[in-house]
Amino acid sequence: MEQLPKWVDLVIVPLVGLILAFFLSMLMVLVTGHDPMEALSLMISGALGSTYGWGYTLYYATNFIFTGLAVAVAFHASLFNIGGEGQAALGGLGVALICLFIPWPHWSIALLAAIAFAGLFGAMWALIPAYLQAKRGSHIVITTIMFNFIAASLLNYVIVNKLRPSGSMDPATGKFPEVTHLPSLGDILNAVGIPFSKGTPANVTLIVALLACVFVYYLIWRTRLGYQLRAFGKSQPAAVYAGISPIKITIVTMMISGALAGLMAINNVMGEAERLILGSVEGAGFIGIAVALMGRSHPVGILFSALLFGALYQGGAELGLWTSIPRELVIVIQALVILFTGALDNMVRLMVAKVLLRPKKAEA
Amino acid sequence: MDYLTIIQIFDSALRLATPLLFACLAGLFSERAGIFDIGLEGKMLIAAFFSAATAYSTGSVWMGLLAGVGASLALSAIHGLASITFRGNQLISGVAINFLASGLTVLIGLSWFNLGGQTPSLNGAARFQSIELPFAETLSAVPIFGPLYSEVLSGHTFLVYVALLCVPLTWYVLYRTRFGLRLRAVGENPAAVDTAGISVVALRYAAVAICGVLCGLAGAYLATGLGASFVKEMTAGRGFIALAALIFAKWRPWYALYATLLFGLLEAISNRYPSLDLGVVTLPSQFMQALPYILTVVILAGFVGKAVPPRAGGEPYVKER
Repeated sequence: MEQLPKWVDLVIVPLVGLILAFFLSMLMVLVTGHDPMEALSLMISGALGSTYGWGYTLYYATNFIFTGLAVAVAFHASLFNIGGEGQAALGGLGVALICLFIPWPHWSIALLAAIAFAGLFGAMWALIPAYLQAKRGSHIVITTIMFNFIAASLLNYVIVNKLRPSGSMDPATGKFPEVTHLPSLGDILNAVGIPFSKGTPANVTLIVALLACVFVYYLIWRTRLGYQLRAFGKSQPAAVYAGISPIKITIVTMMISGALAGLMAINNVMGEAERLILGSVEGAGFIGIAVALMGRSHPVGILFSALLFGALYQGGAELGLWTSIPRELVIVIQALVILFTGALDNMVRLMVAKVLLRPKKAEA
Repeated sequence: MDYLTIIQIFDSALRLATPLLFACLAGLFSERAGIFDIGLEGKMLIAAFFSAATAYSTGSVWMGLLAGVGASLALSAIHGLASITFRGNQLISGVAINFLASGLTVLIGLSWFNLGGQTPSLNGAARFQSIELPFAETLSAVPIFGPLYSEVLSGHTFLVYVALLCVPLTWYVLYRTRFGLRLRAVGENPAAVDTAGISVVALRYAAVAICGVLCGLAGAYLATGLGASFVKEMTAGRGFIALAALIFAKWRPWYALYATLLFGLLEAISNRYPSLDLGVVTLPSQFMQALPYILTVVILAGFVGKAVPPRAGGEPYVKER
């Protein structure tokens, strides 16, 4: 088979996968007795038609940038971190602990501490599966899945039995102090004269997420560790021959990945809910898989696909609000995106190759 | 805790272990042939939905069972296409299948029944009825052994006994038939099987199809045997517990029975005693829920007996050119 040009592989193949996913989902909408065009236009206008919609889209996108980067970093080392869900939940616990029990003088200092703690807690939750993979050879996918469930039980215990204010029925901690309130995107943009809706949860964490993209780019392509990590991902025996320790790389990669997933908690726990609610990750850890696949594990690609999924989530919420099409449609789209850009990637590539390479063959 | 309570816990443990056992054996066939399957959960879920929906509209639980198995097989076909034909990543395919099932069941459920993602409750012939084993009534008077037979073993639905029979059947197929030998070989060394002139692709598709049928039975049991309707996300992580049980069982059929019974027992205990007072310490219910996963991690770590997966698991087979 002839090689596809690199740009086709990086841009066209995922796009075709995306189009296929949308096409099939809209077919589902049609089959369940709704109008696909109406659904599509409502989703687009709901997500991108107003600064209010944009605010929510960017809020969701912020979550997905973190979890997408987490999956991508592990992918580069040929590790599949399916445990973003649990790592983000633990990150939430870290954020909640420092926000609830330490009196901060200013939100900016609290934010820095939250970054440190969310990252630390997420990294620690990835450390055990990483250690077991590196030292004991237990499969990282299975252990990280198990750790997602263990994290859910652990958080259930800590929130319900320890952190819940007495008399409260909600499975959630008390409200964080006022000083830890993060400025919203609306506040920031209005301050520099750009009108933007104030009622959305998008907040300063978006900037942290963009910095995380830059950090991951430098880490993967501009540092010695990144080089070792990619070499390890391409060929383990070659990496070992070159003197790269597989144990070190596995553990360090997974801890960075876990830390990135944990950072998500700044956005949803500190930025939005301002208290730790049980189940607050809401599947964002798994969406990270779709985001990383779609974005071809590159920070720029992840930024765009996180935006896409953010828009999808906001659009889906609008859909659930105004029509009888449930927001679960988004889960179907997400599943198909994972299927076509991940598992059936070779099929899509073959299809693209058939279309693209046919005229060339005719000439020759 | 008196004897009657213990009997009741055992009884509910067997019920709760049944879907796990089906799913665990499903995973066993697939993984023994070298195809990782983390999509057990999704296949069970979609089977649960279609079996409940069909049983409700036709009034026949058997039609429901058929529909459930069919739906599960359809997802198996996608998994086979992705991981065997197109040599994609089997884990990613499994993740996609789980989401697909989770989204589709709600989407279709709402459009068919408009009950917030549920199906109407089933009764009469649309559900599996419990079967009394012979002499259950007469033997119940016998002390100790009597209740064990009449309460724990007797009085379950058809699928519970099918699940139990599947264990020796799986053992027989895997270890005493030509097909079983080839299936195990294809999970360890597909190149050797290919050299012997046997189709790796056909064997792996067969394994994935068996996996689909068993997941279908698991899902149908959840909705029409254990429960009496489909409820949104009703599998509640059982597919992953089954996966844990599979590792716990070291990919062997009889151990799969013991592992799923153990996990069923844990679930039954935590249902009955939300927090377990052991005298010295009180175990919170959350700990009991997490216990199957913790045990699996410990087993995987190799601290208590080493679990060695099939060697070619997760790797697509590429014929040498």
